[in-house]
Amino acid sequence: MIETQDVNFYYGDFHALKNISIKMETNTVTALIGPSGCGTSTFLRLFNRMNDLIDNARISGKCLIDGQDIYHKSVQVDELRKKVGMVFQKPNPFPKSVFENVAYGLRVNGAGNKSYISQCVEESLRCAALWDEVRDKLKKSAFELSGGQQQRLCIARALAISPSILLMDEPASALDPISTSKIEELIHELKKNYTIVIVTHNMQQAARVSDKTGFFMLGELIEYNDTKKIFINPDREQTQNYITGRFG
Amino acid sequence: MSKKTSQKIAFFIFRLLGLLVVGILVWILGFIVYNGIGVISWEFLTSAPSEGMTSGGIFPAIVGTLCLVAGSIVFAFPLGVMSGIYMNEYAGNGKLVRFIRIMTNNLGGIPSIVFGLFGMALFVNAFKFGDSIIAGSLTLGLLILPLIIRTTEEALKAIPDSFRTGSLALGATRLQTVARIILPMAFPNIVTGLILSIGRVSGETAPILFTVAAYFLPKLPTGIFDQVMALPYHLYVIATSGTDIEASRPVAYGSALTLIAIVLLMNMLAGILRKCFGKKIK
Repeated sequence: MIETQDVNFYYGDFHALKNISIKMETNTVTALIGPSGCGTSTFLRLFNRMNDLIDNARISGKCLIDGQDIYHKSVQVDELRKKVGMVFQKPNPFPKSVFENVAYGLRVNGAGNKSYISQCVEESLRCAALWDEVRDKLKKSAFELSGGQQQRLCIARALAISPSILLMDEPASALDPISTSKIEELIHELKKNYTIVIVTHNMQQAARVSDKTGFFMLGELIEYNDTKKIFINPDREQTQNYITGRFG
Repeated sequence: MSKKTSQKIAFFIFRLLGLLVVGILVWILGFIVYNGIGVISWEFLTSAPSEGMTSGGIFPAIVGTLCLVAGSIVFAFPLGVMSGIYMNEYAGNGKLVRFIRIMTNNLGGIPSIVFGLFGMALFVNAFKFGDSIIAGSLTLGLLILPLIIRTTEEALKAIPDSFRTGSLALGATRLQTVARIILPMAFPNIVTGLILSIGRVSGETAPILFTVAAYFLPKLPTGIFDQVMALPYHLYVIATSGTDIEASRPVAYGSALTLIAIVLLMNMLAGILRKCFGKKIK
C-alpha cells in the first residue's frame, strides 16, 4: 500500500505539491491526471525518490510504502528503487543488446548466475508481452526495436528485478495507437501482481486502465476517487471541467 | 540582391576559406615530406646520431618521445577522466565545481614554458627526480590535464540524462551507472581528448627543456629516472645550436617528418580504438 500524509514539495522557492494526502491500495491501478505542470510527475517521482537528483528540492510530510517511511534516514535509495520500478515517458533503453537491457537490473543488483539471469530475462519479456517479437533478436541492439517495442522492453527491464510497485510516467505518450493499446492491455495484466501508478494526459486512457483516479491542479490534489465516479459524476466542478475538456 | 545570390556568395566564401586552410596544411606537410623523405631510411630510424649530430639517426629521440608520450598519458589520462567524471556526475553544480572549472580553464591557458619551469622547480629539484623521464612526463601530464578534463566533461554532458535516470531507477548506484552505462557511451568522445593530448605532448619542447631533454645522449634509457633525447627538442637543437647547422639540415627535416608520422600513427591507433568501442556499445 502506498500512502502520503500532508506531503509538500518544493523546487527551490516553487511550491510544487501542496498538502497531498492519498492512499493507494495494493494491486490496483491509480491514474494521476491534470494539466501539464500540475505536479503529477513530481508526485509520481516521490515514490522512487527520483526527485532526489534535483538540486534544491525539498520535501515535508510523510511518504509511506507498506507502512515504512521511504524518506527515513535508514532507507537505502537503491534498495527502494528495486521495489519501486519506473517506466519513463520516452522509451530509454540502454545502448546494449535486448537481452542485456533486461539483465542490467539483475546484474547491478548482484545476480551472477547465468541460467537464473536468462530465465529471468525470458519471464520478464513474456510478462511485458514482448517475448514472441524479440526471441530471435535477443543479441541485437535494443535501438533496432520500434518505439512501442522499446517501451515494452523498458517495462520488461523494470519487471526483471521483481518490484512490487510500478510507476509509469505517461508511458504511451510517445507511441502510436496500436502500441498504446498494447501497453494498456499489459497494464491490465500486470495489475494482478503489481501496484501501478500511472500519470497520463489521455483521459480515455485513464478511464480505460485505472481503478482509481486522482485529479491534480496547480500542485493540489483536487479530487481522488473511483475512476468511474470521477469520469461520470465528479464531486468538484474543476474536475468536471477538466475531463470534459472545457479547460486545461 | 536576391536571397539566392547572397546564399551563393556566402557559401563561395566559406568554401574558399575552407580550401585555404586545407591548402596551408597541405603546403606545410608537403614541404616537410619533400625535404625530409630523402634522409628517411631504416638506418636513420634505428641508429643514434653521429658526427656532431650532422649524420647518423634519431633512434634515441624517437624512443624518448614515445616514453614521454606514454608516461604523460599514463599519468594524466586516468586522472583527467576521473576529475571529469567527478565534476560532471558527482559534484552537482555548486560553487566548488565552478571554481574548479574556472581553474582548469585557466590552467589550459598557461604558456608551456611556465609548466617547464614549474616542473623543474617541483619534480626536478624539490622531489629530487633530476632531469628524468618521470619529471618530464609529469610536467607534460600537467600540461594536458585541462584538455583531458575538458573533453571528458563535454563527452559526459553529451549523454542524455534519460540514461542516468533509467539506470538509477533500476536500483543501480551512481558508480554502477557511470561505469556500466555512461562511461562506455562517452568513451569515443573521451578518446578524442586523448588524441589531441598525444599530439600536444609529442610536439611540446618548452616543458621538457628543463625537466628531461638531453642535448646529445646516444644510449637508450634504462629506467624512468634516466634522461632521454626527444624529437622536438632534438629538432630545435640541430636547427639552432648544433655543431654544424647547415650540415645537419637534412636530419632536421627527417626528424620533423618522423615526428609528424609518429603523431599521425598514434592518432590512427586511437581512432581504431574509438571505432572498436563505438561498435561494441551499439
